[in-house]
Amino acid sequence: MSTRLDLAGVAQLGFIRRTGRWAIDASRALAMPRVWLPQVAVNMRRLGVDSIPIALFLAIFTGIVLALLASYIFTGAVPLYFVGALVAKTIMMELGPVLTGMALAGRVGANIAAELGTMKVTEQVDALETLAVDVHAYLVVPRAVAATLMFPVVTAMAIGVGVISGWITATNLLDLSTPEFFKGVRQFYQFKDIWFGLVKSASFGCAVAVMGALTGLRTQGGAEGVGRSTTRAVVLGCQAILVLDAFWALVLL
Amino acid sequence: MIRFTHVSKAFGPKRVLEDVSLEIPDGQTTALLGYSGTGKSVALKLIVGLLEPDAGTVEVNGQVVADLSRQELMALRSTIGFVFQFAALFDSMTVFDNVALGLRQQRVPETDVTARVQASLERVGLADAAERFPSELSGGMRKRVGIARAIALEPRYILYDEPTTGLDPVTSAVIDDLMVRTKRDLGVTGVMVTHDMRSAFAVADRIAMLYQGRIHAVGTVDEIRRTDDPIVRQFIEGRP
Repeated sequence: MSTRLDLAGVAQLGFIRRTGRWAIDASRALAMPRVWLPQVAVNMRRLGVDSIPIALFLAIFTGIVLALLASYIFTGAVPLYFVGALVAKTIMMELGPVLTGMALAGRVGANIAAELGTMKVTEQVDALETLAVDVHAYLVVPRAVAATLMFPVVTAMAIGVGVISGWITATNLLDLSTPEFFKGVRQFYQFKDIWFGLVKSASFGCAVAVMGALTGLRTQGGAEGVGRSTTRAVVLGCQAILVLDAFWALVLL
Repeated sequence: MIRFTHVSKAFGPKRVLEDVSLEIPDGQTTALLGYSGTGKSVALKLIVGLLEPDAGTVEVNGQVVADLSRQELMALRSTIGFVFQFAALFDSMTVFDNVALGLRQQRVPETDVTARVQASLERVGLADAAERFPSELSGGMRKRVGIARAIALEPRYILYDEPTTGLDPVTSAVIDDLMVRTKRDLGVTGVMVTHDMRSAFAVADRIAMLYQGRIHAVGTVDEIRRTDDPIVRQFIEGRP
């Protein structure tokens, strides 16, 4: 029993030490904009712009399913123009940010973990250290900043496409006109619906990039280690998104 | 001078270095020999602070590496060039940018960066490869770029980790010649980890042999060549 408690204590101390060390590394790296700023734009393109197709693909089908689901639930109970309200509100506040975040956790988190993991096992990270380059400022911060800036942009596009696809579905497959659909959208719309989703997605972007980068930098072994890190980064990124989603709901709603 | 004093290092249950004491004098190239897995590369990483010893101290220029602040460590690293076993070139950068990265980090003006990168690439015979990517280079060329990246910093020390491993004999000789010229022309202190005896005899002034985590023998090249020590002889002669 006491051994088990000792092990738990050691694990907690290890976690606290790692977290503290990471906080020190991160604050030191953030104070070096000369190192990370020139790389933000290229990472915004790579992590953000290149992720737009998958995010929009997801949004199209989310909009379709939501419109059909809302119609199925509301028929006979609630006026059908509520389909517009449900589609818009749900996509703006929850499904847009979370589903886009999850898709990008797979794409962006895995990309960062695999790239940095490969750099780690091929000693490129050590080479940066020996060239007196701050690894966190050079590798982690530009990716985290780029993802924090680009996740909301991609999410905003996904929200727009999701609502449009819900509208097209409602007007073509359901017995709903365009004015009725947008009457539902307008009736329950608040400005908060938009910024709530975008603030969440910015935090998702930061978490996914940081998880991917730190997991990549802790890679050990060869190709197998890179594979393990990649999987771990995706799992941790998705978990972080769900935890942050609940956190923002508690704090902002 | 680089000095190891009673240095020990283990990874989990595996003890790699045990009570290692060694002095590496300035202005010479010292070869660190030993079987695979005897901690030769670990010793190099201790010098630049990529690893910390479990016990003992590693000093460079009288500074204990493990005691340095982050800033002091960065300053020390800017005086040490490190040539990695597989070159560790940055895949996403051209050869020019690989060599320039350390200089830009030290805020060297861009005009000087260009001049120093070109001079370094000329020294290793790769002036015409500046715009190529590492994936377009052969193993020997990658190692030469690694050396160019190290010497561009005009370091006081250069650490070579298995510089000739995996190369054909002719390319190995080219790398050996490059290391000799680097020491002669630039006056740098070299530490070379290898198990290539021909390369060690061609390049080094002194040889130290690691055996079972300890320094087993140290001496000049001639002393090591003539030694009767059975372990050193077996290693030199490559007998099973």
